[in-house]
Amino acid sequence: MSRRVAITGLGAVTPLGVGAESLIDGWSAGESGIEDGLGRCRGFDPEEFLTRKETRRADRFTQLALVASREALDQAGWADGPPVDPGRVGCIIGTGIGGIGTIEEQHEALRERGAEAVSPLAVPLLMANAASGVVAMRHGLKGQCYGTVSACAAGAHAIGAGLRMVQHGDAEACIVGGAEAGITPLAQAAFKGMGATSASGVSRPFDARRDGFVMGEGAGALVLEPEEAAKERGAEVLGYLTGYGATADAHHLTAPEPSGDGAARAIETALADAGLGPDEIDYVNAHGTSTPLNDASETEALKRALGPRASELPISSLKSAIGHLLGAAGAVEATATVLCLQRGVAPPTLGWEERDEDCDLDYVAEGARRLETNGRPLRAISNSFGFGGHNAVLCLEAA
Amino acid sequence: MTTATKDQIEERMTEALESFGADRDDISRDAKWESIDVDSLDLVELAQIVEEEYGVRMKEEDMKQMPTVGSAIDFVVERTDK
Repeated sequence: MSRRVAITGLGAVTPLGVGAESLIDGWSAGESGIEDGLGRCRGFDPEEFLTRKETRRADRFTQLALVASREALDQAGWADGPPVDPGRVGCIIGTGIGGIGTIEEQHEALRERGAEAVSPLAVPLLMANAASGVVAMRHGLKGQCYGTVSACAAGAHAIGAGLRMVQHGDAEACIVGGAEAGITPLAQAAFKGMGATSASGVSRPFDARRDGFVMGEGAGALVLEPEEAAKERGAEVLGYLTGYGATADAHHLTAPEPSGDGAARAIETALADAGLGPDEIDYVNAHGTSTPLNDASETEALKRALGPRASELPISSLKSAIGHLLGAAGAVEATATVLCLQRGVAPPTLGWEERDEDCDLDYVAEGARRLETNGRPLRAISNSFGFGGHNAVLCLEAA
Repeated sequence: MTTATKDQIEERMTEALESFGADRDDISRDAKWESIDVDSLDLVELAQIVEEEYGVRMKEEDMKQMPTVGSAIDFVVERTDK
C-alpha cells in the first residue's frame, strides 16, 4: 500500500509570532524575528493558550509543541477529536535537545538545596519524548507516538516517519512536528563553545560574511492524512507530502561532508521517492544555517543532486528571519514551505548581500519572488541536516 | 523555623494546590484530591513544600491516609504544634 498523503493542518509558534500565517506573512515581507542575536518567541505566553496545570507540567519546548499542534489540529477540523479511530492516529514530534531549561533549573536546585529539592516533575518535563506524549494525551491520539532525536534534522525526520506511517497504512492520520526551547545559559554557552553560533549575532545564510547560526526557539506541526480520506470528509487540502529521503554522512560529529555527498543523496532519494526529476522542482527551502561549513556544503549538495537545475531555482533560508530552531527547524520550515507553495511565493534570504565563491546559487536576496507555475502544481524540497551527520529531505507539492 | 499558625498553614497549602492548577473555589477541607485534579506528582510536590517550609515530612504511606485536603492540613498542623 502507498497512499498519497495530504496535509490538512499547519501550526507554528516562531520568533515571528504565534501562528503559521504570521510566520509566512512576516518572512515574505522581509521581517526578522531576531533581536539581540537571538530568535526568541517573545510574544508567546503559554498561559494564554494552556491551563495552569498544562503549563507547569510542560517544559517550554512541550508548551510550544502543544500550541503549534493545536493550531494544526484545529485547522484540520479536529478540534473535537480525530475523525477516525484514535487508536489509528500517530503523533511524532522531534526535538534536538528536549527540556534543557528544566535540566538546568533542576540541576541548580540539586546543587543549591540538595537531592530532596529536585522536583518530581523533573523527568516528565525534561524527557525529549515529552512533546509527543503530551500532545497525544491532550488530543487523545492513541496510535504510534514517539519523539525523533537527530539534532537539527529531528523535525524533518518526524515528518518523514509520519509520512511512511500514513502511506503504508500503519495509521489513518498522523500529527508530526518538531519543538525546541534551547535558548538557555548552558545551551548557549555550549553552542558558543564549539564555535557554532554567530559572534556577530546576525543570521545571513549563504552570505560571504556569515559567521555561525543564531539560536532560535519554536515549534511547527502538520496534520497528515490520506488524500482520499481528507477529501471524503471535506477537509481542505493545503498541500501534499510526496517524498522523503534520509541519509547519514558518516563523516564527522559536527562538520558536514564537504562534498555534500550525504545531503545530495538525501535530496536524490527524496526526489526518487516522489517520482520527480530536478526539472520538476520549483523552489528549495534550504537548511541554510549561516554557518560557513553548512552553507557551502549544502550548495555543493544541491549542485550534485539537481545538476544545472540548481542554478535556475530560487533557494531561500527561513533561518535568515527567525534563526536556527534546531530540532524544530525542519517542521517549521516544512510548514512555511507548504504555505510558500500555496501562495506561489519564494520568500527572501534576509540580509544576503555579499556573494561567497562557495555559495553561488540564487538565494532570493532581493525580496519575495513569485514562483512560476508552468501549468502544474508547484513543488519544493525542504532540506534539514543535523550534527551527527543526519540528513533528511522532504518533497512538498501545492494542492 | 518560626511556628506557623493553623490558618497560615491552611493558606499556604491552599496556595500551593492552586499553583498546581486547582481552582481556588473548589479547594475545601472536604475536597478529595481527584475532585480538584491533584495527582500523585502534585502530592510529592506538596510534600516537598511542607518539608521545606515547616520541617514536616509527609511520607508516601502517610499520604495514603490523607484522602482529602483537610486531612493533609491536619497532618501538618499536628506535627508543627509539637
